Amino acid sequence: MPPLVAVSRGIPARPSDADRTVGTTWSDAPCPVLVADRDGGLVRMNGAARTLLPGAVDGEPLDRRVPVWLSDAHLRVTQGLHAPADAPLAGSIDDRFFAAHPTPGADGDVVWWLVEETDRRLAQALDDAQGRSRILTEVSSTLLSTLNVARCMETATAMAAEHLAEAAVLVAPSQGRRYPLTHAQRGGRVSHVTQRIDVAAVPGLGEALQGFPPVPARWINPDDLPDWAVPDGFAGPVGSVIVTPLPGHGVPAGALILLRSSTEQAFTEGEELFARLFAARAGAALSAARLYSEQTRITETLMQELLPPTLTSVHGVDFAGGYRAAKEQDRVGGDFYDVHPAAHPSQESLVVLGDVAGKGLDAAVLTGKIRNTLHALLPLADDHERLLNLLNGALLTSRHTRFATLVLASVSRRGGKVHLRLTSAGHLPPLIVRNDGTVEEVDTRGTLVGALPAVTASTVRTVLAPGETCLLFTDGITEARGGPLGDDLFGDHRLRRALTQCAGMPAEAVVERVQMLASQWVGAGRHDDMAAVAITAPKTGRLTVVNGRASGQEGRRNR
Amino acid sequence: MRGGTPENRLADRLREQLWQAVVDGEEHRAVDVVHAAAADGVDEQTLLLEVIARVQEKIGVEWAADRLTVAQEHAATAINERVVASLADRRRAAGRTQAPRGRVTVSCIDGEWHAFPARLVAEVLGLHGWRVDYLGAQTPTPHLVAHLHHTDPDAVLLSGSIATHLPTAHAAVTACQAIGVPVLAGGRAFGPGGRYARALGADRWAPDARGAVEVLAAGLARPRPAAVRQVSEDLPHLVDQEYTMVVQSRPQLVKQTLVELETRFPAVRHYSDVQRERTAEDLAHIVDYLATALYVDDPEVFTGFLEWTAGVLEARHVPPHSLLAGLDALAGQLRDFPRTVSLIEQGSAAVRGRPAPRPVLGPDLGV
Repeated sequence: MPPLVAVSRGIPARPSDADRTVGTTWSDAPCPVLVADRDGGLVRMNGAARTLLPGAVDGEPLDRRVPVWLSDAHLRVTQGLHAPADAPLAGSIDDRFFAAHPTPGADGDVVWWLVEETDRRLAQALDDAQGRSRILTEVSSTLLSTLNVARCMETATAMAAEHLAEAAVLVAPSQGRRYPLTHAQRGGRVSHVTQRIDVAAVPGLGEALQGFPPVPARWINPDDLPDWAVPDGFAGPVGSVIVTPLPGHGVPAGALILLRSSTEQAFTEGEELFARLFAARAGAALSAARLYSEQTRITETLMQELLPPTLTSVHGVDFAGGYRAAKEQDRVGGDFYDVHPAAHPSQESLVVLGDVAGKGLDAAVLTGKIRNTLHALLPLADDHERLLNLLNGALLTSRHTRFATLVLASVSRRGGKVHLRLTSAGHLPPLIVRNDGTVEEVDTRGTLVGALPAVTASTVRTVLAPGETCLLFTDGITEARGGPLGDDLFGDHRLRRALTQCAGMPAEAVVERVQMLASQWVGAGRHDDMAAVAITAPKTGRLTVVNGRASGQEGRRNR
Repeated sequence: MRGGTPENRLADRLREQLWQAVVDGEEHRAVDVVHAAAADGVDEQTLLLEVIARVQEKIGVEWAADRLTVAQEHAATAINERVVASLADRRRAAGRTQAPRGRVTVSCIDGEWHAFPARLVAEVLGLHGWRVDYLGAQTPTPHLVAHLHHTDPDAVLLSGSIATHLPTAHAAVTACQAIGVPVLAGGRAFGPGGRYARALGADRWAPDARGAVEVLAAGLARPRPAAVRQVSEDLPHLVDQEYTMVVQSRPQLVKQTLVELETRFPAVRHYSDVQRERTAEDLAHIVDYLATALYVDDPEVFTGFLEWTAGVLEARHVPPHSLLAGLDALAGQLRDFPRTVSLIEQGSAAVRGRPAPRPVLGPDLGV
């Protein structure tokens, strides 16, 4: 509605005798009405206007009492200049908001009707605020659910293109001289590229990447944008640009370039503010993701040293190991095992399985020390007791107060048979599964390491025929609590019964069976670290057929 | 199945040779059979799916029919796994490398010990050009999630053989989706036609390795990362708390049922400790499947398990009436839970509906 024809209320506008002819009408109007002459002097006001502009007196210059938007408008109207049709005359007076409707009079006086729109304005603002806060909530929950940096950047860029602009480019901190760039267009594909760019080519980008405050949108000339700052296939020339930093935790998490085509309206001040709120959330999420990746990388590196090794065959002897940490989130704990292969098939390989007092990472760190120490002591492995005493000495002088129990097995294959020297230092004795299903306990006894000045231990020699297995295990298995009735110990007898069924099985099948039974026994309940290592003399083809159990099955097998 | 084409005859012969080697516990012969065939030009997918997978299936069938001992079953499976591994080594040694089509993670449901089907899927996907991270069995869900954060794969393939892991599978499905990774479920645990996979909100289900290849080739939309769903959003019936009650009272239910079986069948009173424990384990399994059926609200989980159990018992000459008595005793203890009672009734009906086995005296449920 062009303001100059705003005579909608049907007021006879004759300003020279306004008070006589229309006096009763406008002076009683509930909305503020003021009359000003062509020189910008205030002529008359009604009661509502006096309340709005307390202290104003007739004849006073208008611009001394009303805000500049209204006095300027008055000037334009008196000079016969039309206000732009798409910019209705409106503005605030104190903290209220009014639409101003001028009614020109014959002598150049103008009657200004001020219709209050404060409530509608507030409602509108509230609506916008609700919409924006809904978007910000969605942004936060979406971004925070992924801890993958690339994915987080893609999501942030896509959401920026959806809610803030037509297209968005996220520039992550440089990796050397190359910058990871993520491009997104509204409703389009998100793409990811790492390339060398000149950040100075986009005004404010270098500053944003260093964490300086954002440069206002109007300072950036869209024509100066380099190609990499505009996603491929962006429709039309760029109309307006914002660069906003992504604040991180302590260091900037990158910067966001928001683009609108010339057909879309430019960014308003409110939108710039909203973009900054969005960027704050995206920056926090990206920082969290980056921190997580960094921590994961560190953990992985440190963990490599502590994780139980993957065991295979060494010099004709099969080895298999299984490990389950007490806490599901940990992959390491106080149990450990290692197989140190002999340099030559005629020499002995050394198998170690042990249990450090305690669980979790603290215990795992000590297992690392023990494993390293034992590795260094390998040349002395022909005397288990001496080796244990050297280890004991090393543990006693370290700052750790924990002690450990362990089993040593020196293993070599001669002919088809596997020769073992086994020593327990305060640990559960190994069990041997013979081919007929008999389970033997190896009679080795010794004291634990890291507690007393000296270790005493007895070493036992034994031989495995092809198909036979020697199982080293920790008490996490036998002391697993659970079972069908909920609170029974798995116990030595169940382990032995399980092993009876494992006669003739390959090493990994024995370990898997024992681990499976113990795990199923505890179910979802709590348990200690569980570790087992099987040392198995591999079957040769011929011997399997002679195997009593397997041939016993032949008759029953129904083919 | 026994078609007359030369390909089918070749596959038949290879299966027979591999089966022999595997049940004889002869790893080297088993590896030789498969490698010789590969050298003769039999493609690896055929070897994996038409030979190795089918032999593995037969191992399960023969065990259920009591024609293989537990030890033989484990040994055979271990050898089959080594055969698969050796094929993978052969492929690596051949150095056939191409740019991967994408990256996927293959994992078993936490608690699932049957890793073989997942391993096969991983190998077949590798053949089809995918970069596969195979996590295998015994992967706690938090580790799976951490792996996904780290690698951001195109999809997770979640494998399960035993239906009682479905509640755990559900937690994994929602966790993967919450971080924006789609889940392709597979394996017997997810029921006929993958109906439980749908119930748990998995993005897709595939019946086998070939199906998984097809689903991945067609592409899986990424779920939008969002807050983790509550279990009751997918399964609103869980608010009746019957599942929770049954899971929490599992030890008492087993104990009480054992006591009632002793009163009903004098023979049970004279069971050895081992027999008693086996019976308790069987009852615990029944309660686990009952709880799972309550979780997914589908009687088929329970009736299917009971029919299978009755079959296994029958193969060991155990009549089903002890099973029925156990169900009866359970129903008595759970009479306040309508959904549970209805499931047990349907279970009993399914066991009764089986063709009658030849009568054998004695309720040796667990022997």
